[in-house]
Amino acid sequence: MNVTITVNGEERVVDVAGHESLLNVLRNDLDLPGTKDACEQGECGSCTVIFDGESVCSCLVMAADADGSTVTTVEGLSVDTELHPVQEAMLAEGAVQCGFCTPGFVVSGSHLLETNPHPTEPEIREALSGNICRCTGYGAILRAFETVTGEGS
Amino acid sequence: MTTRIAPGVKGGIGTSVLRPDGEPKVTGNFAYASDLSSEGMLWSATLRSPHAHARLLKIDIGPAVAMDGVRAVLTQDDVPGEPLFGQEEQDQPVLCDGVARYWGEPVAVVAAEDEETARRAAAAIVVEWEPLAPFVDPDKAAEEGSTFRELKVRRGDETATGSVVVEGFYETATQDQAPLGPEAGFAIPDGEGGLDLYVTSQWIHVDHRQIIACLDMEPDQIRCHPAGIGGAFGSREDISLHIHVAMLSLATGRPVKMVYDRSESFVGHVKRHPSRMWYRHEADEDGKLVKVTARLILDGGAYAHTSRAVIANAAFFAVGPYNCDNVVVDAVAVKTNNPPAGAMRGFGAVQTCFGSEMQMDRLAEALDMDPLELRRRNALAAGDPLATSGQIIAGSLPTLAVIDTLEAMPLPDDTIEDDPRLLPGGTGLTTPVSSVVRGVGYAVNVKNLAFSEAFDDFSEARAVMTTAGVEIHTAAMEVGQGLVTVCQQIARTILGTDQVAVVWDDTSQIGSAGSTSASRQTQMTGGAVHAASVGLRDKILESFGGDELREDGVYLHDELVATIDQVCVGGPVGHHVQFRHPETFQPDENGQGDVHAGFVVSAHRAVVDVDPELGLVRVVQVDTVQDVGKALNPQAIVGQLEGGILQGVGLAVMEQLVVDEGVIRNPTFTDYLIPTFVDAPAVNTRVIEEGDHFGPFGAKGIGESPTISATPAVVAAIRAATGRDLTRVPVLPEDIIGI
Amino acid sequence: MDFIAAHDLDEALAAKAHQPEAQLLAGGTDLMVEVNLAHHRPPSILSLRRVEELRELTPGRIGAGVTWARLERNGHRGLAQAARTVGSPQIRAAGTIGGNVATASPAGDGLPWIIAAEAAIEVKSRERGTRTIPWNEFFIGVKRTSLAADEIITAVVVPEDVPIAQEFAKVGTRNAMVISTVSCVVIRGDDGFRVALGSVATTPMRATRAEEMINAESTTSQSVLDEFARIVSEEVRPITDHRSTESYRRHAAGVLAKRLVERSLR
Repeated sequence: MNVTITVNGEERVVDVAGHESLLNVLRNDLDLPGTKDACEQGECGSCTVIFDGESVCSCLVMAADADGSTVTTVEGLSVDTELHPVQEAMLAEGAVQCGFCTPGFVVSGSHLLETNPHPTEPEIREALSGNICRCTGYGAILRAFETVTGEGS
Repeated sequence: MTTRIAPGVKGGIGTSVLRPDGEPKVTGNFAYASDLSSEGMLWSATLRSPHAHARLLKIDIGPAVAMDGVRAVLTQDDVPGEPLFGQEEQDQPVLCDGVARYWGEPVAVVAAEDEETARRAAAAIVVEWEPLAPFVDPDKAAEEGSTFRELKVRRGDETATGSVVVEGFYETATQDQAPLGPEAGFAIPDGEGGLDLYVTSQWIHVDHRQIIACLDMEPDQIRCHPAGIGGAFGSREDISLHIHVAMLSLATGRPVKMVYDRSESFVGHVKRHPSRMWYRHEADEDGKLVKVTARLILDGGAYAHTSRAVIANAAFFAVGPYNCDNVVVDAVAVKTNNPPAGAMRGFGAVQTCFGSEMQMDRLAEALDMDPLELRRRNALAAGDPLATSGQIIAGSLPTLAVIDTLEAMPLPDDTIEDDPRLLPGGTGLTTPVSSVVRGVGYAVNVKNLAFSEAFDDFSEARAVMTTAGVEIHTAAMEVGQGLVTVCQQIARTILGTDQVAVVWDDTSQIGSAGSTSASRQTQMTGGAVHAASVGLRDKILESFGGDELREDGVYLHDELVATIDQVCVGGPVGHHVQFRHPETFQPDENGQGDVHAGFVVSAHRAVVDVDPELGLVRVVQVDTVQDVGKALNPQAIVGQLEGGILQGVGLAVMEQLVVDEGVIRNPTFTDYLIPTFVDAPAVNTRVIEEGDHFGPFGAKGIGESPTISATPAVVAAIRAATGRDLTRVPVLPEDIIGI
Repeated sequence: MDFIAAHDLDEALAAKAHQPEAQLLAGGTDLMVEVNLAHHRPPSILSLRRVEELRELTPGRIGAGVTWARLERNGHRGLAQAARTVGSPQIRAAGTIGGNVATASPAGDGLPWIIAAEAAIEVKSRERGTRTIPWNEFFIGVKRTSLAADEIITAVVVPEDVPIAQEFAKVGTRNAMVISTVSCVVIRGDDGFRVALGSVATTPMRATRAEEMINAESTTSQSVLDEFARIVSEEVRPITDHRSTESYRRHAAGVLAKRLVERSLR
């Protein structure tokens, strides 16, 4: 069936299979592989997107149900060569190793800062507890967010 | 060699420069293996054994072949070359050869026009199985000689005795590397009967060797390319889907993509060996170790993979970074119908470090001695013999400095904050501050660097000067650890320019860099890049009679004598090297000899808050001191330490594959628990820089060391908080309560 | 596969009457896991995401389409505490209480609060109108409820006099984003304590014997609380699985219940 989704500001019409997730459609049909596929059950956050204003796991959104929705992916957060402050900070603080979790952290993190511009350390930890990182131990990610919010060095 | 950095170079060694792949990674533009696709591509799927042990009586692929959109269905009969693969021992069939020996063993592979059809076709294959009793008891396997390797270490006097004796039995569970990026491969036929294969790998050359043997092809017909990798931690050291995706592509003449989903990933790669360890430590009244006796059983599961090397590490590091003149170790890697085990960060040293550090704490208790003081009295140093093999430690080994520095680091203040996110149980709101007790624990570890036991361990690199800057060619796999940055830093430092690009070559373009494992790439490929850069620099300086190379050209006494354009007037100038570490040797029949190339030591102190009534833990802080030889990139070091520690914390308090009669009961991220942001401790790090005897600028590899003693440090802290004698990891709530 | 996106409740009820086999989609955090990992392929899906009527949230009425994120901010105290432990922030932004009730997992994080609050499940069908099913008649087994095939859960109806002293706690083997191994709600009212538990039986359950015992006491001394905890541990009917053991679940159920009684008195 055809669905219309506004992705990163652009209206896209795509033919989706009934069972398909929004994640699959973004990656395979809309040529937006930046959103990552790592667990398909909402337990890692790698596929996080902003869906009608909420930060959700795109693997758990049925693509057919996304008709008429507005979606922002990691690709939509940087404008040309200008990085989002979260991207900038993660880069600078060494919060990127293998990078597979990074798009998810960038999207969840940008959403966190929109809803809570000055989170405390425990608030950062809780707000990003749905994003698993297997490489960094979260230390550099924490420092990156503290830098963005002006709490860090 | 000079370490003077030319003027203008900002990204040399010792600086925390940004990684070159960082920007594509934060913007989502970095191409991982699972992101690759092309026009006309087929998708694929794998049918797996539903039994841990069963005879395959009949397989009917007819229903799959008959489905619309299915382009190939292949079984073991379709393997064109060698039926078996394996990097050390070729013992695993490409696809089930009549007997399934572990749960999830691949039986058939399918290529189809879309993902759903491929999956449905695999499910439509009809297999008749005769289930057999799975052989899953490692003790019985050891008894009956069902083994991959038995290793004996006998050093000193077997009859020696100490006046203070502690004994214990310890177990570690099966840990999964759980890298976030799934196994993925993309095969593209070249139109001439061969193909290009992009795979998630830690070592494309050893993959290539196995792939061409099974496909019966000439080396140049198959080219393995590095692909973007989402973490590895050992899981990609062995072949997973490589041969399958290549077979499907050759059979169909089409590009084929294969990606495992998370559950498939859990069965599709080897894991950390679960272990059972019995130890006896004997010491004199002053706490000097007199004798250590150990029996170690590591369960390698169904196929060999790297079990032979893992069990050697378990045995040789069974005593830890301590002097002891009399050692008796019997170590065995057993063969069962459990999930195949192989490489994971720490590689055998993790298991025995847990056992031996628990023993050291017990010994300290028996001696009524401070646990760090006991370790200090026995600390192994450069020039001492390793307690097991007797090898004299060459290079640096600052065990004492590591311990002393750790002890001097500040502890957190005693206040336990009343915020659920900082308490055991987290946002589950289980635990009031009044129910919390705090504990502090220590552990120290030593591990080998690079490959051991006479392995011909080398890395190739080529440094090329072009008018656009320097290219460093290598086939070393960047799995996220930052090798790409370190290679750039080394080349910049030697060649006097920031304009350095790392070019990943495929298997036809350059020789092996060896595996991204064994903490070896900083030293080995870093060493190769160093040697290639020095060779290139000297070649250029000699040609033009200069004494220094800078970004704009060759200088003599600070005067420009040749521009880079002049240097490259006849085309790019290159220098190719094969770098080797000091030779290592096979151990003799008593496990004695110069088995290892080098060593690295580190120590951890864990501070934990425990709710003893519910058995819940929060790891508050882990402090560490790491022997690094020379810090090439301080920020990347901190990243390795923090990340490695959290994997050790995971094994200490939550990570385990639950395996029941060979069947994994929790192959999902819902039930295989990895620490979240809320579970991660604050980490404080210090490094000790005492240059090593090989590797660039004296640097050591530190990929594994941080994981190894993080686990026993956390367990020691839980024990200190609760008084419970904990002997198995992960420590579960019921272990803390004692029910 | 048929996909129907209902735009209001009448449309949803009509669709469900017409296609009772249609699987309801209300957040997707359970259903899509089945679709992705177990390759569940429902013949038809009825999405409730656009049905405004299901998003109503008042103290007396929690629309089935209310997300955990909203309950975390605006729910009754005990339910808000439970909401905070549902999956991850991303799951809480999508998952709904109606989905939790319909899935009826023994580990459903919102369910112990519903049964401690003595809330009812309001369901509707086009043919038979509204039924308000008491909690103790709704959950009938592991992932089984008394919802009929043509019905849709519309709301959790909360008694007006639900006491405000409510406490929730949940044990898991990780400090965030974890399935419960035991969860517990204690509500303290004029009539005494109500104690409900999750993950310790085939359905969420009330610890009625323990409630009777503690409500018969005139004090909550340590010895009373210890006896209360012992009865809770005895009364629950947990199993051993890959997440925990029967004995740990019994033990933790007692400890949580005791601690929540203490917390509800503060």
